Amino acid sequence: MSTFWSIWISVIVLGTIFGCWWLLMATRKGQTTDTETDRTTGHSFDGIEELDNPLPKWWFYLFIATCIFSLGYLALYPGLGNFQGLLGWSSTNQWEAEVQKADARYNELYARYGDTPVPELAENEDAMKMGQRLFANNCAVCHGSAGRGSLGFPNLTDDDWLYGGEPDNILTTLHQGRNGAMPAKGTMPNMTNEQVDQVVNFVLAYSGREKDAEAAKAGEAVFAQGCAACHGADGKGNQSLGAPNLTDDVWLYGSTYDWIRETVVNGRQNQMPAQGDRLSDDQIQILAAYVYSLSN
Amino acid sequence: MKHEIVEKNLGLMIVLIILTISGGFLAEVVPLFFSKDTNEPVAGLEPLSALELEGRDIYIREGCHVCHTQQIRPFRAETERYGHYSVAGEFVYERPFLWGSKRTGPDLARVGGRYSDAWQRQHLYDPRSVVPESNMPAFPWLFEDRVDHTDTEAKMKTLQTLGVPYTDEQIAEAAADVEGKFEIEALVAYLQQLGTVISEKR
Repeated sequence: MSTFWSIWISVIVLGTIFGCWWLLMATRKGQTTDTETDRTTGHSFDGIEELDNPLPKWWFYLFIATCIFSLGYLALYPGLGNFQGLLGWSSTNQWEAEVQKADARYNELYARYGDTPVPELAENEDAMKMGQRLFANNCAVCHGSAGRGSLGFPNLTDDDWLYGGEPDNILTTLHQGRNGAMPAKGTMPNMTNEQVDQVVNFVLAYSGREKDAEAAKAGEAVFAQGCAACHGADGKGNQSLGAPNLTDDVWLYGSTYDWIRETVVNGRQNQMPAQGDRLSDDQIQILAAYVYSLSN
Repeated sequence: MKHEIVEKNLGLMIVLIILTISGGFLAEVVPLFFSKDTNEPVAGLEPLSALELEGRDIYIREGCHVCHTQQIRPFRAETERYGHYSVAGEFVYERPFLWGSKRTGPDLARVGGRYSDAWQRQHLYDPRSVVPESNMPAFPWLFEDRVDHTDTEAKMKTLQTLGVPYTDEQIAEAAADVEGKFEIEALVAYLQQLGTVISEKR
């Protein structure tokens, strides 16, 4: 803040306080006694007169006290332009002190487990209690409080993984997040409606649910051209791309003909938001262990 | 000074009243008009894109700001939950700002990137399907209605006049950028950029 505005603020603030003081004193003048009198202000309306009584004492001294309080406050806390106050208080300082105090207390707890390998940590009861809290606060909104997921949000309690369920995979997912992108019609943008129907039947046939065996058979070629690059020639998926296994009975977006058709025609975009900027490395280690423990 | 003089001179009384009630404004508000903190954007702050701007207007239209604040105060309890406290430089392009004053729902100042697009859509379509205890209303019509693109250019021009650094090129492309988009796309685009200019490794 420039000197001008600093002085501007100080003058107005102090001027207001002393102005109040002056007003208080000035209006008291002429009131010779502080007990109730018969003096009137001279106003008379329809025979009703206005008494000119002084302020009650307690009221008057309360005004004086607020003036003195405000001066004391301005001496201790920042209120007069660039003057920081004798206590050196600021909202940022207070916040930093709160954070430091809490970090000193909690980071030590997290740090105890930060270097423990995930599988070992998953056996640790105390660490898993912390993990459960972290999960509830940061993950449950999407994956559910029990980690069972829902439509579009993977179930973390089964042994099916889009990006791998090894400790390192889970840690990478948590730190960096994931971007799931299935292009519309896979790698075959000019797929015809008939071919879509064929490939959907082909995918359903993995679990023996095809609607039309002929179409399913024809779908094999479509799959090879439009889908196999990511989902693999055998449809078992590819964890390095996050391409799901299509041969099991785990479906992120629904397993019926209509759902799969919708997925093929429009593709799917999904993200797991990165937590690396939100949580500390130690917290992520504990969280990874908790997620690991859900299925191991 | 005698009371009588003040009471019988209306002009003088008006002047004295204005002086009395303007003290706080002059000392607390006026200096901010000239302060660097409140007038200069934080590093990396970009004006909202056309789609995000339309999303912001939908946010206002649906009254999101009535239940959600966009201002994180410097208390640990808040920064722990929402992220770095809000700073004035983040809001220099906000006209009007949407700080809000009541939190029926959580603060949204840094909700950007916190959830996936799919989650945001699901949550706006049916909040209880992802947060069972939520009391937020559902907004299914956002998935049917298209963004009104006819005013986008005028809105951006107005903001440009008010000092938001839109380029003429951005304004010329604005209507085309939002035409045909569903309202949900605009709103999610707006939500996903909220507060992302400041991130802090903890």
